[in-house]
Amino acid sequence: MTRTHGVRARRRGAGVPVALLLPAALGLVFLVLPLVGLLARTPWATLPERLAAPGVLTALRLSLLTATLATLLCLLLGVPLAWLLARVEFPGRRLVRALVTVPLVLPPVVGGVALLLVFGRRGLLGGWLDATFGITLPFTTAGVVLAEAFVAMPFLVIAVEGALRGTDGRYEEAAATLGAGRWTTFTHVTLPLVAPGLAAGAVLCWARALGEFGATITFAGNYPGRTQTMPLAVYLALETDVQAAVVLSLVLLTVSVAILAGLRDRWITSP
Amino acid sequence: MSAPLLDAHLLVDRGGFRLDVPLCVAAGEVVALLGPNGAGKTTALRALAGLLPLTDGHLALGGVDLDRPSRRAWTPTERRGVGVVFQDYLLFPHLSALENVAFGPRRHGADRRAARRSAHDWLARVGMAEHADRRPRQLSGGQAQRVALARALAVEPALLLLDEPLAALDARTRLDTRAELHRHLAAYPGATLLVTHDPLDALVLADRLVVVEEGRVVQEGDAATVTARPRTDYVARLVGLNLHRGHADGHLVRVADGLTLTVADRLDGDAFVAFRPSAVALHPARPEGSPRNTWAATVAGVQRHGDNLRVRLDGPIGVAADVTPPAAAQLRLAPGQPVWAAVKAAETHAYPAG
Repeated sequence: MTRTHGVRARRRGAGVPVALLLPAALGLVFLVLPLVGLLARTPWATLPERLAAPGVLTALRLSLLTATLATLLCLLLGVPLAWLLARVEFPGRRLVRALVTVPLVLPPVVGGVALLLVFGRRGLLGGWLDATFGITLPFTTAGVVLAEAFVAMPFLVIAVEGALRGTDGRYEEAAATLGAGRWTTFTHVTLPLVAPGLAAGAVLCWARALGEFGATITFAGNYPGRTQTMPLAVYLALETDVQAAVVLSLVLLTVSVAILAGLRDRWITSP
Repeated sequence: MSAPLLDAHLLVDRGGFRLDVPLCVAAGEVVALLGPNGAGKTTALRALAGLLPLTDGHLALGGVDLDRPSRRAWTPTERRGVGVVFQDYLLFPHLSALENVAFGPRRHGADRRAARRSAHDWLARVGMAEHADRRPRQLSGGQAQRVALARALAVEPALLLLDEPLAALDARTRLDTRAELHRHLAAYPGATLLVTHDPLDALVLADRLVVVEEGRVVQEGDAATVTARPRTDYVARLVGLNLHRGHADGHLVRVADGLTLTVADRLDGDAFVAFRPSAVALHPARPEGSPRNTWAATVAGVQRHGDNLRVRLDGPIGVAADVTPPAAAQLRLAPGQPVWAAVKAAETHAYPAG
């Protein structure tokens, strides 16, 4: 019994061509090796005091705060946008969907420049915002949130739109026959039905916002305590104190892995 | 006679398909919309529920126009007072049975406690009180069907629409559920429209049958009339009759070139002749004597039908004949085999086709 099983298993293993197996193994090493390097070079002995250094906590707190606010902003604007794309037939829907994904392929630095041209002091809206409300966005914490939301929102919209398309629209029709208007149907039927997709999209969005670098440094600058998030702190530390950069990176890595573990059931194990 | 509760002429044009169904249902009446797949039954149901606008015609419930394109009258689904039991029930998966039933009353202005109380009453009425806290995926098909019925009735709709309410159930559950559904529909004061392709559902549950084919009404009437006097092949097949159209002259009906059947009824003009498959006798050679209606035919196919075999015959008219297995063995029935078919005049039923 065991014997035939073993033979079959060996035969199946032998069926994998080396031409595929070799690059696959190399790819895995390529992805894992840098993380190993990070762990290997971590100054474990001085880790506690380095973590307690004032700059680290400030940057981490700012990162968590801005990523969370950016995610909330994305939820507020992105969920209705996803609903519109998934449920309403309107002319130019394909174009709108393409536009939504632009920040996904746009280099973040370009995004930062574009944000400056709109929300900067002399930008399309920035001057008006400043004159009318006294609101200045560039080089502020609010600017960090804006930059992160700009880059992260497509992740949320795409995830939620996919979830909406995956649910049976006839549940919404059933709700209508029971007397529910469109808004009540949306809040009481549609949202609960897409809750898992919504949660996954929000976490993905949050992770992207947490790691945002290019758009943030371009639009919001690099002021410790105000706009210096973790990725910016890592980059800056690398120029002066490599070990500090390693410690900061380790913190970010830990947060990322924690998210991955939290999402495991939903994303990683799905075929 | 008082005006019917539902008074509609459903006209819907959808890319090559045209639905044209006049439909009236009185309060307390159950009408079955019966027809093959693709006949337009679901389109009619969606138009009544307001999930699909009419192209023309009208739809009035209790004297109020819900949809009349010529007057730009349109009431959206949520304000129609039309309850729907969907084919696959569509119970909200994130809500318990109780919350599903309470959903409608809540939307109709009941506060939380009143809605839950009403939902409890309805669940008790369909015998689901002890499953109130279950999620839809924890319910069997029959249980889900009952919750769906309670959910639709809980908003006390003037019109209840049932879309193939028993189609998703296995045969045994269907039997029990059908009897129970009959009881609930009898107690329901509003108008009921039952959409089905199952003649048994229609015969058991409905007071009146409306048969649609290709978007049009082909026959309408109570169960006894429709089953005794089918007017299309589809209805004839549903009730298990051979049906042929021809020209009558007294007791003779010419149903095909070279074949005139002698019938018991006497009539003139266009006529239908119907007879049971069991009324068709098969003979290896031309029978002598008694039956006057005989013709040469060829066996096209043989299949089991209850305790007997149902033989499909080609010839001047296509006919189904039921024979016992011994008789079949004696005749050595096989596809392509020539036989003689015979039907006694007394076993035919002829009626005007006009």
